[in-house]
Amino acid sequence: MYAQMIKTASNSVKTRDEMSDSERAFQDRIDAGQKIEPKDWMPDDYRATLIRQIGQHAHSEIVGQLPEGNWITRAPTLERKAILIAKVQDEAGHGLYLYCAAETLGVSRDELIEELHAGRMKYSSIFNYPTLNWADMGAIGWLVDGAAIMNQVPLQRTSYGPYSRAMVRICKEESFHQRQGYSIMLKMAQGNDAQKAMAQDSLNRFWYPSLMMFGPPDAESVHSEQSMAWKIKINTNDELRQKFVDQTVPQIEYLGLECPDQTITWNAEKDGYDYAQPDWNEFFEVIKGNGPCNKERLAARVKAWDDGEWVRDGLLAHAKKKSARVAAE
Amino acid sequence: MTRNEALFQFLLRLGDNTGILSHRVSEWIGHAPVLEEDIALANTALDLIGQTTFWLELAGEVEGKGRTADNLAYLRDAWDYRNLLLVERPNGDFGKTMMRQFLFDAWQSLMLGKLLTSTDPRVAEIAAKASKEVAYHLERSADTVVGLGDGTDESHNRMQAALDDLWDYTGEMFISDEVDEVLAAANIAPKAASLKTEWEELVGHILRDATLTIPDSSYTHKGGKSGVHTEHLGFILADMQFLQRAYPGATW
Repeated sequence: MYAQMIKTASNSVKTRDEMSDSERAFQDRIDAGQKIEPKDWMPDDYRATLIRQIGQHAHSEIVGQLPEGNWITRAPTLERKAILIAKVQDEAGHGLYLYCAAETLGVSRDELIEELHAGRMKYSSIFNYPTLNWADMGAIGWLVDGAAIMNQVPLQRTSYGPYSRAMVRICKEESFHQRQGYSIMLKMAQGNDAQKAMAQDSLNRFWYPSLMMFGPPDAESVHSEQSMAWKIKINTNDELRQKFVDQTVPQIEYLGLECPDQTITWNAEKDGYDYAQPDWNEFFEVIKGNGPCNKERLAARVKAWDDGEWVRDGLLAHAKKKSARVAAE
Repeated sequence: MTRNEALFQFLLRLGDNTGILSHRVSEWIGHAPVLEEDIALANTALDLIGQTTFWLELAGEVEGKGRTADNLAYLRDAWDYRNLLLVERPNGDFGKTMMRQFLFDAWQSLMLGKLLTSTDPRVAEIAAKASKEVAYHLERSADTVVGLGDGTDESHNRMQAALDDLWDYTGEMFISDEVDEVLAAANIAPKAASLKTEWEELVGHILRDATLTIPDSSYTHKGGKSGVHTEHLGFILADMQFLQRAYPGATW
């Protein structure tokens, strides 16, 4: 769930009578479960909404390298370091497929990056939280990637072909990430007192921010009906959040850790847990740019891009010289 | 010095070179000039960690005191590290990182080429695995050095500055000592000095294509192979070994 609060480009869902002929034909294809491909006709709002959603997802993968990258040089064993590097490398790879998927809609990677750097496009709120101890590498894989999978598995069935195919590939890697995260947590939870304390501390800090990843409660979530009609959003925020809580609570118990939500209780009637909402004011502050790491994360990305300008220019200039030399021969 | 003692030292040199360089390269992840480079740098760092694990595992076996690759990587202090000073140099800009990589890759590819015929089959086996990866590292770092050296004026100047800065750290690769002599006599490893001519040819050719000028300096910084490092290594180890040192005996 690396896309939150995506504002659908249209204000309301059109009735069939309000639709033009091409809009009706388009909706019929979606209702019949057909995939929309880049060269197919699509409503402008569908295109614009998808660019926002896929772009935000791509940006989340890229910014998401930073909190984990923070621990690469301090990973405690050669194997853990190799796994962590491989995982962060996967995130960069996901960013790459997603930018490519967005490019099929007629926007370039450079344009999307510019939007991110100018603060006009967002990335997932979760990456604005700091990674303060080694167990955070476990919690991110287990909770953050776990929450992402909840959203991305249904998106494998999304209506836009390139996005759906990118999701199939990404989901395979994400479930590996989730398992490796849980394996770190398990080692920590079964470790010495300091390690157990790190595991608990990490869970305490990541629990509510992970619940926020699904976006605001359905009652306050606007603009999602059209996205659902277009099958670019498959489930509601609350449905996914409930599923995540129901999956995660038994895992917390297995680890022998305490759930940070003291109110959590099993509700047999709804066949799920009743849980406390995260602090939505905090969520909106983080989205606005006031999270603990917003400024650092964006600054790190802008610096990498600016510092790299001479490299991109140099390699481009060389490629041009080379092709000019080949042409002259 | 017995053959085993020499082999232990030699394996530490190989494993520490790749281990420290991997550490430096991994500092880039998430901060590279373009997404494809984040991926490529991560790939290089990963290959180098894999090689480190192989060399240090074998070092532990040769030493015979029950030390694992992790024990050797995480519980030795700077004076017991045996890497070349070159690989601990700070990353600098992307050009400097790639120049350091190129100068090292050229040496490592030649060294591994010789180790393929080592009389110690364990060494030859690791060299065979690593040489495939290193052939690719060399291709990539050489292409980047050429691309940036023969790119814009700015990229050219930056690459020349990187070469000027790093050149005096390359001579250490070719200084033979007792370790090399003992292993060369047993045909386990080549003499360090024996790689010099080929390295100069390989590097000279690429730097010419990159329109860069080899500095007119014959000075050589040295000490890494015998444990006398620059100030930078201590900080690398402080980061790298933090958890193992702060929580002795914990498993991760």
